[in-house]
Order: sequence, then structure tokens, then C-alpha cells
Amino acid sequence: MTWENSAITIATLLPVVGAIVIALMPKSREREIRGMGIVVSGAALAIAIAIAIGFDYGTDGLQYELDLDWIGAIGVRYHVGIDGISLPLYVLTFLLTFLCAIYTWRFVPDPGRTRGFLALMLLLETGMAGTFIAFDLILFFVFWELVLVPMYFLIAIWGSANREYASIKFFLYTLFGSIFMLLGFLAMYFQGPDPHTFDMVALRDFGAGGGFSQTFQLVVFGAVALGFAVKVPMWPFHTWLPDAHTEAPTIGSVLLAGIMLKMGTYGFIRIAIPFLPYGAEKYAPWIGALAAIAIVYAALACLAQKDLKRLIAFSSVGHMGFVMLGIATLTEIGIQAAIFGMVAHGVITGMLFFCVGSIYDRYHTREIARIGGGMMQTMPKLGGVFAFVAIASLGLPGLAGFWGEIMALLSSFSPSEVFLADRVGLFRLYMVMGGIGTVLTAGYFLWMLQRVNMGALPDQWRQAGLRDVLAVEWVSWLPLLALILVLGLYPRLVFGVTDDAVGGLMRLLGS
Amino acid sequence: MDVDYHALLPEFILAGTILLVLVVDVFLPERTKWFAMPLGLVGVVASLVAVATLIGAGTRVSFGGTYVVDEFALLFKGFFLVTAVVVLSVSLRYFREGGFYQGEYYFLLLTSFLGCVMMPSSRDLLLLFIALELVSAPGFLMAAFRKGDVKSNEAGVKFFIIGVLSTAVMLFGMSLIYGVTGGETQLAEIASALADVPGELQTLTYAAILFVVVGFAFKVSAFPFQFWAPDTYEGSPVPVAAFLAVASAVAGFAGLLQLMFVAFAEQHEFWVPIFAFLSVATMSVGNFVALRQTQMVRLLAYSGIAQSGYILMTFALVTDDAASNRTAFAAGVAYILIYGIMNLGAFAATVAVSRRHPALLIADFAGLRETAPVIAVGMAVFMISLAGVPPTGGFWGKLLIFQAAIERGGGLGPALAVVMLVNSVVSVFYYLLVPRQMFLREAADRSRLRVPALVTVVVGAATIALVGIFVLPNPVARLAEISSLVGLGP
Repeated sequence: MTWENSAITIATLLPVVGAIVIALMPKSREREIRGMGIVVSGAALAIAIAIAIGFDYGTDGLQYELDLDWIGAIGVRYHVGIDGISLPLYVLTFLLTFLCAIYTWRFVPDPGRTRGFLALMLLLETGMAGTFIAFDLILFFVFWELVLVPMYFLIAIWGSANREYASIKFFLYTLFGSIFMLLGFLAMYFQGPDPHTFDMVALRDFGAGGGFSQTFQLVVFGAVALGFAVKVPMWPFHTWLPDAHTEAPTIGSVLLAGIMLKMGTYGFIRIAIPFLPYGAEKYAPWIGALAAIAIVYAALACLAQKDLKRLIAFSSVGHMGFVMLGIATLTEIGIQAAIFGMVAHGVITGMLFFCVGSIYDRYHTREIARIGGGMMQTMPKLGGVFAFVAIASLGLPGLAGFWGEIMALLSSFSPSEVFLADRVGLFRLYMVMGGIGTVLTAGYFLWMLQRVNMGALPDQWRQAGLRDVLAVEWVSWLPLLALILVLGLYPRLVFGVTDDAVGGLMRLLGS
Repeated sequence: MDVDYHALLPEFILAGTILLVLVVDVFLPERTKWFAMPLGLVGVVASLVAVATLIGAGTRVSFGGTYVVDEFALLFKGFFLVTAVVVLSVSLRYFREGGFYQGEYYFLLLTSFLGCVMMPSSRDLLLLFIALELVSAPGFLMAAFRKGDVKSNEAGVKFFIIGVLSTAVMLFGMSLIYGVTGGETQLAEIASALADVPGELQTLTYAAILFVVVGFAFKVSAFPFQFWAPDTYEGSPVPVAAFLAVASAVAGFAGLLQLMFVAFAEQHEFWVPIFAFLSVATMSVGNFVALRQTQMVRLLAYSGIAQSGYILMTFALVTDDAASNRTAFAAGVAYILIYGIMNLGAFAATVAVSRRHPALLIADFAGLRETAPVIAVGMAVFMISLAGVPPTGGFWGKLLIFQAAIERGGGLGPALAVVMLVNSVVSVFYYLLVPRQMFLREAADRSRLRVPALVTVVVGAATIALVGIFVLPNPVARLAEISSLVGLGP
């Protein structure tokens, strides 16, 4: 065991160890429990950063690779590694969880029970991080499913009024999708290279070289894509998301939006497209159509929302629509845009949910009409942060939200010449729809700011003693706020990492 | 007649213990009747040690090939004896406090387990019948052991009538086999005799196979012989329900595996569609009816029916291809082992709650995280495992069956896999009802629940086992693989 082959395993499994330790701590040691949450997630983040520093940015191969036998009887291996596509998402996972742990220092949602809360959060972290480093299909699936149980309990126990409905809906929807994905994986195992393997590198090389028959690809791409599409979520599989987001506690929403949705889009880039390129080619116009619908639909839905958190949730559907549109073009720019969009959305929407959580903490309502406006007068700092993040989310140039959207639109102007040469007109239509979506997005975000931040302050809040941003909030938010700015001004921070890996992927697909 | 006494040692020890328990009970004063339990426990553990000495000793044949101790038999014997330890452990307090006839109970329970232990070695129709009856007959009595309760009486009578009926059908089927094969009762001989049955007897052969399957379908509570299970489980004392759901059902599967893979393997084209139907109907009925349950033991009963459906599916995956059959067989065996662990755990947790809430409604589990945290966490793991979701062993159980189904291919395999998938998703809904009560609701009485130490140990061990199997499933997968019966027929 060397640092090179064990680092990502240590970082990924450390939170589980932390979760067990926290679960065994005495209930009365509240401060120590919260401190332990910060220490464990901070240590994991430190290892993740060390991995990023030691990463060789010049190649497209797997690094920090470890390949061990796990279940010999059915050919499942513990194969993990990291490349330019995984790295940004992997580090983001640890960053967001660490910030959530800091946030929990001050804010533990009702009904308390901090031990369980933090233990589940750390378990969730392992599931999310593991998904991005798994290079064995079954291992990938295990990590993928591992997030279900902790997230279910986070919503069901610490959520708001309608939490039971939302949590079970979340569980059943994602399980239903992922189970078809599993069937697809098993089918690829038996139709794949001889001897059968679940290894994702071997299957990628086999599939990208046209190893699977065309009919097989059409069927299996459908099954696998269904699992990913529910997670993203793509329209019309998105209905679990507004409920789950709205009812989840703040950090549940942050991690759900920040990381978990990306597992779906990551699956498309990592598995569905390279393994089944013919299926990707045939499904791409449809995926693009759903993405374009999602963008417009989500924007219209946002205009109609009365609940602040639900509004942000629907905006996620739209942003993930841009990500999917980029992927559907099957071009290098499109996939680069998608990965950038994933990171940017994780940072921005995660931050938006932090804001909404803090607004709820002050007002004890999320209804825009009840808040009634004037937040800039009572809490200028919180209002300012909220405005900044909302404007980043609507895609203002110079902030993080801009690059992913503009490049997704650009790539849909000229979709892949190899795969989609006869669909150019269609994708340009999607581009126009996306363009309309950006205008509507700007519209609903500005309108939201107008109703929450601006306007006359209702009397009831004047003397309510609303407290502006607290120190602990600054600590957990500043890294994200800085990232929003840095990613906007210096997008190479992500593109520089993903360049080679995406380039390698495209060469593999022959374009 | 060649008799390998070493190979029969586990059965001898168990039989001796049974007699000892019966005799000692007569001389024990009422206050110390419970002493039969530790006595039985020692006997079971001794028998388990005897099983352990046989590991790696190769296939040992007694009574002219009718009684075989091989890897398959040893695996199941070990499973049954561990189950016996668990059922005995959760019985002690329950029967001491309930004012039952304790001596008789332990005698009957151990007799049933003797039948279980005999089952996987019985490679002969008559022996199979004896083993099956040895499992069932004491069960009829034990189900009715809560004598003061009408429900318990109903449980016993229902179990008895349906049990006897299906046994009669099975015996009729066995007699037909005897006739068709020209006087064979040994499974391997039956297989070769059936290979050259004249054309005009073909239909009769098929009818005979069908009748024999009926007897076992009753034991494993397969559709349409499932409806005794919920009523009987609910009426029985909870440890007896645990016995019926785990030991008795698995004994049924052990018998079925031997019959189908050794005696009737050649006729698979006839019985595969039957098992496909049985499996789909059983899992669907179990899961969909479970959605409506409000009582814990009934929920577990329907869940058990659904799980039987999953296991039955592995029979429907049999083809001419020995390699794919071996995968299906191993998947079934692995699932049975994991099923046993999670179900025993769930029943043990139910026993813990039954002391305060004898009615055992699902709502009675409210706030258990506060009143009995270890039991609550364990129960949550059992439910998630029964649903087949990581991080639990149940996940691998389902995955192995899926894999076997996809490997079989040819339309039927994937189709069955899809049905099972949809069923799995449905099942999540009702399995999560229980954690929801335990972790989201508050108990009316928030004082600590006093849980017998043995019950806590059982729940803890099962929880650790399930999480352990999730992390390292290799041993289970390997065990299931090496204990194959595939290819023992002609």
C-alpha cells in the first residue's frame, strides 16, 4: 500500500469511519460531536486536496489507481481511480460536505439528534465520492445506491412538514431508475469482452470500439439512461426533485443539488456514451429535446412558484437541462461545458440553498409573499450575498454560471459532425429554446430578488430582530462565494483539469 | 446396509437431546421447567460441532445412497442448527413469562429441527416425506401453543388442514412416481428411470411431478398455497413464527432443490414455466398485499411470501446449460442463507417489542430508537436488507439472482428479472414503514424497553453479519457455489 494507490480509498472511506465514531459518542457531548463532524470531513477534504495537488494534469489516463479482487465468485473487483473528469466533482464533494459540517456547528435542524444527522451526512459523503472514483460497474452501482438510505433518513427525520411523502418519493423514484440501470450493467457484462468483466476501462475500450451490437446498444442505452435520467433529473422524470429539495433540511438540499444530481450526468459521460456510442448517437436528439424542454419548462415553473426553496429546486432542473444539452451534442466542447456546468451548478445552487436555509432560519417561512420584501433593509449582508448568488445563477458573464451555459448553447449550434451531422437543424432549435430559457431565467431570478430583497419592509419584520449573516455562516460560505468569482474569471481552473480527459474520451469515440 | 455413523452424528446427538429434554421435563418442578432450553441449546451446539467435524470429509453415503452427507447437506445442516440456536435464544423469556408448557415446547421445537437437519441429506422420496412431516407435525402443535387465544387455535387448525391436504397430494404424486419408474424411490435412480419412460406414461409423469411440487409449495408458502402463512404466523407465538418463516420454509426449499435438480432435472422444460408462474405470482401477491398490512407479524409473513417468490425464481432459470444452472443454483442458495439471517433478525426484534406490545402493530414500533436503540438500528438494517438496498447483505442476494437471470437470457430470464425489479421497488415502500415508525414517531411510553440479553445479542449479531456480508460477500458466494447439486442427476 502506497500513497499513490491508497489515497483515494482513504479519503472516500474516512467519512464512514467518522460516522461510526460519531454514532458511538455519548449523546450529551454535543459540542464534541459537532466538532468531530468538522474534523472528519476536514481531514477528508485535506486528503482530497492533496490528491488534487499530486495529480498529473498532463495525461488522460487513470491515476491513484487501485485494482483488487473483491468478489471473485461473480467477477466483481474493487477498482478505483481518478482522472480529469472525476477530479473536479470528487474535490467538490469533499468541499461541500466540509462546509455543511461547519454550517452544522450552528444549525442543526429540528428535531436535533446531531449524532445521527452527522453520521448520515458522512455516510452520504462516502457514497457520493465513491461514485466518482469507481471503475467497476458493480462497485459504481454500490456507491450509487449507498446514497439512498442516508438521504432518505436526512429528509424523513430532519425535513419540513411534508417530509415523509417527499422522502419516500425520492427513494422509490431513484431506486426504480437505478434498478434498470443495474440490469443494463449486467447485460453489458454478459455481452462484453471474453472473459466477462465489470471493469469500466475494459468495457469502455470494448464498447467504444463498437463491440456491442446495434440492437443491444439501443436497448441497454435506454435502460442505463433511465437510471441516470431520474437522478439528473431530466424532464419528465424530475417530479421527485422539487418535493425532495423543498422538504429536505438545508444541508440535505445543498448536497442533493450540489453533488447528487451530478452523479446522473457523470454517469452519462462516464458510462452511457463511451460504452454505447451507437445508442448515444440514436438517443442524443431525444436527450437534447428533453433537455431543451427542461430548460424552458423549469423557467416557466419558477415564474409560478410561491415557495422560495421550491423555486430554487425548479431552477436546478433548468440548469441540469443545460448540462444535458451539452452532453447531447456529443462534442468535446459540449461535454467540457457539461462538466463545467456541473461544478458551477454545485457551487452556485449549493450556495443558494444555504441562503434559503438562512432566510428560513430568520423568517420561519419560505413563502415569498410572507417574507414580503425589504431584506436589504433588515439584513443587508444576507441580501447582498443572496443577490450575488442569484445573479451568478442566472448566468452573468464574469461569474461561474456563465461558462457552462454559453458553451452548451455554442456546442448545440454545431453538434458532433461524426454522430449528428444530419441533426444540425434540430440542435439549433434546441439552442434557440435554450436561449429563450436564459432570458426567462434572468427574468425569474430578478423578479425573485425584487420580491425578497427590494420593496417596502413589512411592519412585522421591522421589529423582529432579524440577525444578519453570522460568523459561522461566513466561514461556510466564503469559499463558495470566492469560487463563484474565481471560476467565472478563470474558467481554466476546471477546463485545465478536464481538457485531456475529455479529449481522450472523444478520440476514443473517433471524433 | 452401510451406515456411516460419523456422518449421522449430528442427527444422533439431536435425537438424544430430544429424548433427554422429554424425560428431564417430567422430573423438573414447574418453576425450573425453563431448564429445558439450556439443555436443548447444549445439544444443538454439540450437534453443530459434529457438523463442523464433517466439513471437508467428502461425500458420505449411508443406507445405500438414500442418505447423503455432502457439501450441500452440510451447508444446510449448519444453517438449520444456527437457526435453532437463535430460535431457542429468543424463546426463553417469551415462554417463561407467557405461562406455556415449556418442556413440551422445546421437545416439539427440537423435533422439528431434527426434520430440518434430515431434509438436505434425504435423497429418497420416503425419507424426504418423513423429514417433511417431522418438520410439519410438531409445527401444527406449536402454532396453537397460545392456548388461551382464539387466533392461535385458528393458526394451528388452518396450518394443520392445509398442511395435511397438501401432504396428501404430494404423497399421491410420490406414489405415481413410484409406479411410473417401476418401483424407484431414490432420487438419482428416479432421474435415470424417468429418462426412458414410455411415451404413454409421459403425461402421468408430469402430473406426478406437479403433485410432488405442491407439497413443497405449501411449505415455502408459494402461491396459491400461501394464505395459511399470515394467519398462522400472526396466531403463533412469535418465536414459532420465526421458526416457520425461516427453518420450515428453508427446509422446504432444501427438499425442493434436491427434487428438482437431482430427480427431475431432465424434465425441466415441463416445470420451468410452472416455476416461472409460481415465482411471479408468489412475489407479486406477497408484495402487493404487504402494502396494506398494519400488524408486524403479518407484514413479515407477506414479506416472507414475497421472498419465497424471489427464491423460486432461481428454479425458473434452469436450462440445458449446466454452467448457467450452477449460477442459478448458487444464487438461490446464497439468497436463502442471507434471507435466513435478515428474517431471523427481524423476528428477534419483534420478540423484543412483543413484551410491551403483545398486539404487535407496526405502530407499536413507534419511537423504538429511544426505547431500544440497538433493536431499532438492527431492525432498520433488516428492513433495508429485505428490500435489497445497500449497505446490507440483502443487496448481494438480489444481485446474484439478477445476474443469474441475465446470464440465462433467452427472453424468460430478463423478463423475470424485470418483474422482480418492479417487485423490489414496491417492497421498499412497506419495508420503510417500519424504520419510519421507529425513527420518526415518538413512543407513547418513552421509558426504556427491557430487552432480554439473548435477544439483543441475536439482533446485534444479525446486524453485524448483514453489514459484514455487504462488505465481504465472497464467503457466502463461495459457499453457495461449492455446495451445488447441479449435475448429480444423470
